[in-house]
Amino acid sequence: MAVIKRNRTKMPEQNAAVRARNFDEVSLGFDSEQAKCEAERCLNCKNAPCKTGCPVGVNIPEFLQELRNGDVAAAGKIIKSTNSLPSVCGRVCPQENQCEKMCVRAKMEGAVAIGSCERFVGDYMLKNGAQAEKVKSCGKKVAVIGSGPAGLTCAAELANHGVEVTVFEAFHKAGGVLVYGIPEFRLPKELVQAEIDALKEKGVKIELNTVAGKSVTVEELRKEYDAVFIGSGAGLPMFMKIAGENLNGVLSANEYLTRVNLMKAYKKESPTPVQSGKNVAVIGAGNVAMDAARTALRLGAETVTIVYRRGREEMPARAEEIHHALEEGIKLELLTNPIEMIGDENGRVKSLRCVRMQLGEPDASGRRSPTPIAGSEFMLDADMVIVALGTSPNPMIKDSCPEIGTSKRGTLVVDEDMMTNLDGVYAGGDAVTGAATVILAMGAGRKASCAILGKLGVL
Amino acid sequence: MNKILAKRKLAPNVTEYVVDAPRVAKHANAGQFIILRVDEDGERVPFTICDFDREKGTVTILVQEIGYSTIKLNSLGVGDCIHDFVGPLGKPTDLSEFKNIVLVGGGIGTAVIYPQAKNLKREGKPADVIVGARNKELIMYEKEFRESARELFLTTDDGSYVRKGFVTDVLKELIPIKKYDCVFAVGPMPMMRAVSELTREMKIPTVISMNSIMVDGTGMCGCCRLTVGGETKYACIHGPEFDGHLVDWAEAINRSRVFKEQEKEHLCFLKVDSSR
Repeated sequence: MAVIKRNRTKMPEQNAAVRARNFDEVSLGFDSEQAKCEAERCLNCKNAPCKTGCPVGVNIPEFLQELRNGDVAAAGKIIKSTNSLPSVCGRVCPQENQCEKMCVRAKMEGAVAIGSCERFVGDYMLKNGAQAEKVKSCGKKVAVIGSGPAGLTCAAELANHGVEVTVFEAFHKAGGVLVYGIPEFRLPKELVQAEIDALKEKGVKIELNTVAGKSVTVEELRKEYDAVFIGSGAGLPMFMKIAGENLNGVLSANEYLTRVNLMKAYKKESPTPVQSGKNVAVIGAGNVAMDAARTALRLGAETVTIVYRRGREEMPARAEEIHHALEEGIKLELLTNPIEMIGDENGRVKSLRCVRMQLGEPDASGRRSPTPIAGSEFMLDADMVIVALGTSPNPMIKDSCPEIGTSKRGTLVVDEDMMTNLDGVYAGGDAVTGAATVILAMGAGRKASCAILGKLGVL
Repeated sequence: MNKILAKRKLAPNVTEYVVDAPRVAKHANAGQFIILRVDEDGERVPFTICDFDREKGTVTILVQEIGYSTIKLNSLGVGDCIHDFVGPLGKPTDLSEFKNIVLVGGGIGTAVIYPQAKNLKREGKPADVIVGARNKELIMYEKEFRESARELFLTTDDGSYVRKGFVTDVLKELIPIKKYDCVFAVGPMPMMRAVSELTREMKIPTVISMNSIMVDGTGMCGCCRLTVGGETKYACIHGPEFDGHLVDWAEAINRSRVFKEQEKEHLCFLKVDSSR
């Protein structure tokens, strides 16, 4: 096939100035013409490098081929065979570091917009109610702890093979980080709900308000079920351990986003309150930091500043999120580290004492480690500070099940089959890796489901 | 959905609810708490487990009608359902190393010391109990404490019942005579602080139970954090009980006020009359 030079199709978006003040989705999605046109850019490489870049191994050239032919349902079937949440992944995967990074066109006039195509197909599947076939029961029962990306994926794969699955969720709503963490403007909750409804149609039971390790123990689940999968998520938000951090107005991104997303505090009539600020500082530069910063803007902040100790290149967030945030007017204070939070007479934060940083030699992780520049201290006004520095593992499962193996950090330890040291107890996602991405958690859930099916003699 | 099986008024603005919650009851222990949402759009509010019955699968909570959700909860009657009811959360109380304990309850803190009194009696080391309230009407569980306490001491701020004075006044008098090896104090933060300051001087180990603002109650949000012995702890998973001598009370009290202004506006906006 001749290589036709054609630029990447741009996804339509809400105007930056308008969207910075509403919670509607930022990216509007391809229409069928755009999706087809973009799919035509795929070179259908024999070795499919894009596929190797995907943590769940979606057969990308094949689905793009179907999309190009106009058979969206067939494309959906191909994606769904390895990825149970295409609508979600199309929106939140860091494609530029995965499939699209490997795309041969990436080095030419831009990678095929695989994520955008996946999103189009996923949305089509949800809208056109591709009926989930209920598979005949294989007589096995599996308990899944947590209804985030890892748990949902594991549950879907198991249900596809006739396993009776019960998912235990601590919150009053299923979806994990997809509902409490990622904001509406990036991932509409209606979509997540549709995915969960589809899962229920497959026969998966979801027990809400059930905290593993508290309302039900791993031991009890082991007795009642043939296997257990733990996808309990990342855990406790980390703070900086600097003076003034417990002042009012200082909160974790988890708290801020949970109040706004899960508890709908952005609506005036919501009984759940949320703190607000005129000048908001967000510490950290990952996806969660971008989500928090952009949410603060939408809740009426006059200025929102990302404070990050490394440089622009090192910011860990998805390229698109940084791009969107900057377009919306989020400011960056790079190579800057807060060293103290200062409060007013009412015990509320009013400013951050910061120091400028410089990047030194690469550390063990290969990243250049920042060091403070002497005498560079300055004050940054902030009447609300959101800390988005990642998480440390939640000790709840370990506390109630001391025999389960954990790392020094406290994350669950698994073997190559995703099984913990307890026979028949599997784990995956952030509970194992520490805070990572939706797609990596899904990959882990999928891998564990295969191992569980093997162990139970279903596969 | 958890059904309200019984409901009774214990004092003006304080209601006891017995709720059908078998899974919570099965794992509950004294000192732990639950989080509930009254209805589909409700906020998540924590309440201490006041009593539980594993066989009947019930959990008892004591609710003071002070804000939007607690007032709304009060509009539900026996047979109605609480939309969400999750727990038991937090760590159970551990007073195993102590033998001569005094339980001190102020106001709604009575909900927390009641299961302790029952527990200690069952363990064969009944505790003395001091209950304080603003006035006679607000004294709760007197009959129940008479059954489970070694000795019960009541006090009211206005002297309308038994004696006039704060729980700290009673405690101060009792300590030299009773030589307690542990004080377990629960109530409004200023009261817990006052007790902790008193016992710090006397070097008596003091356990308090935090009633922090929470969202998830499982360690995920950090809203309930406080400083204990110079370290940040989460009331929901490291507590709710802490060494009262190590708590940074000024900070904890400040944090408890974070939504004060908003709550006022909110009640107004939601047209809830908090004065009833």
